[in-house]
Amino acid sequence: MVLAGSPFFQWSYVTGQWGQIQGDLVQHVELSLIAVAIGAVISVPAGVAAWRYRLLRTPVLGVASALYIIPSLALFAVLGGLTGYVPPRSWVTAEFALVGYTTLVLIWNTVAGLEAVPAEAREAAVALGYSRRAELWRVDLPLALPYVFAGLRVATATVIGLVMVTALIGLGGLGQLITYGFNIAYNTPIIVGLVLSIALAAVADLLLVAAQRVVVPWSRASRRRSAG
Amino acid sequence: MSFLDRLVHWFGTGANWHGPGGIPLLFERSLELSAAVVALALVLGGGLGLVLGHTGRGGLVAVNAANAFRAVPSLALLTLLAIQPAISLKWDGFLASWIALTALAIPPILTNTYVGMREVDADVRDAARAMGLRGGHVLWRVEAPLALPFVMAGVRTAAIEVVATSTLAAYVGYSDLGTYVIAGLDTQNTVEAVSGALLVGAMAALVSVALGALGRLVTPQPLRRRHPVFSLAGRPAA
Repeated sequence: MVLAGSPFFQWSYVTGQWGQIQGDLVQHVELSLIAVAIGAVISVPAGVAAWRYRLLRTPVLGVASALYIIPSLALFAVLGGLTGYVPPRSWVTAEFALVGYTTLVLIWNTVAGLEAVPAEAREAAVALGYSRRAELWRVDLPLALPYVFAGLRVATATVIGLVMVTALIGLGGLGQLITYGFNIAYNTPIIVGLVLSIALAAVADLLLVAAQRVVVPWSRASRRRSAG
Repeated sequence: MSFLDRLVHWFGTGANWHGPGGIPLLFERSLELSAAVVALALVLGGGLGLVLGHTGRGGLVAVNAANAFRAVPSLALLTLLAIQPAISLKWDGFLASWIALTALAIPPILTNTYVGMREVDADVRDAARAMGLRGGHVLWRVEAPLALPFVMAGVRTAAIEVVATSTLAAYVGYSDLGTYVIAGLDTQNTVEAVSGALLVGAMAALVSVALGALGRLVTPQPLRRRHPVFSLAGRPAA
């Protein structure tokens, strides 16, 4: 199918294929949401452990950093050998890799947030007779939340971009529009996928900023810290 | 035969080391593409960062625009360029990948260069002027050398991203190490895909170490820190 001479962008494709586009968008959101959720559940405790037990810090941060230089496509390829290259098994492949990528920034930011808790706040907690556990839950973690949210924002944006690449293992969400458009040399689906993924990233970021306002009303969303 | 045996066997097969599909040639092509991308991004992003940092005007706008641009998925940009008839067939698929990856490499270099320029102590700048240096001289003899560690941190971040993303260039027709990964995924040949992944990972690690060493080398002695400058705007590569 060669569309030489056709306009750069065809609205008729968007209206005609809206059901398909919607399905891809939903899959993109699912893949991203699962990755960030699991990533957060793993990373915050790991960050607390790395902060509290210094011996753990080097290995935990080391593993997370090493993952950062591995190309995502290569990681999908390697993991796919274990968990499968085609759906539905490639869901596991994709999520393993995507979760891995969220952990670096989330663990790092959790540690940085806990480090940034003012000593006075901690001393006040001790003076009030808080146990170590109560101090962690009621003082340290709440005060570290702005950093954790900053990490969530970076991790979410990263994952939304990386989900595209999972199109090469039969998933991809909006990435499917990209590979489809490429295979038949058709601009429109690629542009739709590109624009929707940027829009998705922007909406996700706004939602996280709003969530932070609710959960951590004393912080400013602009206090963004990222690792890397 | 275990997976590891098959992997060793793949690397031991003579045919994988010769000819147009051989490791040495594809390694070279990956390196060529990455070097060309980083060089162009350094000229464009680094140049813009130096000018904006020197004048101190419009910098934040440019840095924010560059960072917003990072939301553009590289796969989309690559494929879109690769199917434009005017670009697709140029230089064996090199041109499309070169442009798309350069767009990816500019933001970290621009951001780090700009930050490095703004980090230059205002007193040092004043001293340079007091000694009679004019605009261009202040930029090249004082500000740029002091900003160099930041520039190099940006170059390193960008280079790792580019090497990693060069695997996607194989998807749009520029054959390099990514070809093993793409072909392996296509045919569900795990050994070939993993071999390609290992080769690209090795190249990323080599580039990271080499540019880290170069960064320390070009840092003026008094500025060398025990800990390297952490690059801003790092992210895992696509």
